[in-house]
Amino acid sequence: MCTCRSKSPWLFHMNSGSCNGCDIELIAALSPRYDAEQLGVLLKTSPRHADILCVTGPVTAKAVGAVKTVYDQIPGPKAVIAIGSCPATTNVFIDSRTLDGPLEKHIPVDVFVPGCPPRPDAIIQGVAKAAEILAERAAKGQPAAKLPVIVGDACGEPCSRAASEGQQ
Amino acid sequence: MTFDYPLITALARLLIFPGLLFAIPAAWFFLWVERKAVALMQGRIGPPFMQPFYDFVKMMGKTTPQRPGAAGVLMRMWPLLAMASAAGAVGLLPVLPSQGGFQGDLILLLALLEVPSMCIIAAGFSSRSIFAEIGSAREAILSVSYNVVFLLAIISIAAAQNTFSLGALAALPHTPLRWLGILALIVCLPAKLHLNPFSLPNAEQEIYAGPMTEYVGAELAMWELSHGLEWIAATGLIAALIVPSIATWWIAALVFVGIIFAIVLLLSVVASATARLAIDSSVRFYWQCTLLFAGLAAVIAIATPVLARLKP
Repeated sequence: MCTCRSKSPWLFHMNSGSCNGCDIELIAALSPRYDAEQLGVLLKTSPRHADILCVTGPVTAKAVGAVKTVYDQIPGPKAVIAIGSCPATTNVFIDSRTLDGPLEKHIPVDVFVPGCPPRPDAIIQGVAKAAEILAERAAKGQPAAKLPVIVGDACGEPCSRAASEGQQ
Repeated sequence: MTFDYPLITALARLLIFPGLLFAIPAAWFFLWVERKAVALMQGRIGPPFMQPFYDFVKMMGKTTPQRPGAAGVLMRMWPLLAMASAAGAVGLLPVLPSQGGFQGDLILLLALLEVPSMCIIAAGFSSRSIFAEIGSAREAILSVSYNVVFLLAIISIAAAQNTFSLGALAALPHTPLRWLGILALIVCLPAKLHLNPFSLPNAEQEIYAGPMTEYVGAELAMWELSHGLEWIAATGLIAALIVPSIATWWIAALVFVGIIFAIVLLLSVVASATARLAIDSSVRFYWQCTLLFAGLAAVIAIATPVLARLKP
């Protein structure tokens, strides 16, 4: 069961007021160039079918209710990925009166993929990490209390493609 | 190969080959073939071989929300009913020539093939999601449009050879009319299996997940399985009509699986090469373009024996 959980992460993508940059990168991660389906990743259209919630955007005040509803609609075991710098810190929109971020105020986040926007390979790395966390958590039967994981080239741990392109 | 124990033969057909024991792994295999073929067409590598199995087991382990009342019971029932009838349809396929047991009947097979589609319509409406209702309405319209052609094609095949027994049909020699009928059946398959260009009912992204929007965990796993079994049953019906009856059982089984594989590949390639049609275009395609040929085939099939009888 653990193997199956970690090998079949289905995503639900939720935009909580993003500028669309991260959304494009998330779709790029599923496109032929990066092909996340090799890891069993599918972008699902209903939160009821998903395992992992991918949130982009700094969580505007109007999006809070929607984020919580969608999080509750995902059947357990589930994990949350915050894609981009916005849901992690509210980024350049910090102190805006229209925001009610960051995301961690409202739902527990397992993996942060920082970057503005993050590279698709960093997003895939984040999804793989979230799938591992999901399987581990389901096996132990309780929510993980440890610190969230941060992945991607923005945190000093460059992905292979990012590193090779940086050298060129 | 003949057995003297009709009951054992019948049970073996229902439970082992081409029934459940064969059909469930085969359903996963052909779901993988479909996804892999689409991935290769798009220049991707695609999912690993075990992916549909991983998905199924994972979905079985998800929590399902409590749904009180009749709606909850219905929502549990529809996927099971769809799965059971698709499995029954697979069990009826006349792959191995057998003397005893329950001889497959074409009308029963068609009825069983139609049940999953009706379950999807009912399932969408009983989930009370607006997107599911739109999906169900589309499924109903699509079902009305392709089924006319599908049934006419089957009737023309059966009437031309004067039998509704599947075993007898599979054993009879091929005529040009039968090939026309098989062609019409293949044209109907993308709509029956919700593939592009007729993927309207479960139009991904457009109406969320269509009738399946509210289904969670084990229920969704059953839907996926029934979809896989539908693949086997529908392509298997065509394979049974194409394959000449072969006495050696393992060659018959191999040819059967080979032809299903070819049809699945063909449908996946068509699906990845086309875009989704709107509902009016889909209905027009079946009722204006295809119906003419299917109707013609049925008329020829029924008229030929009558004309032959009129001749002195």
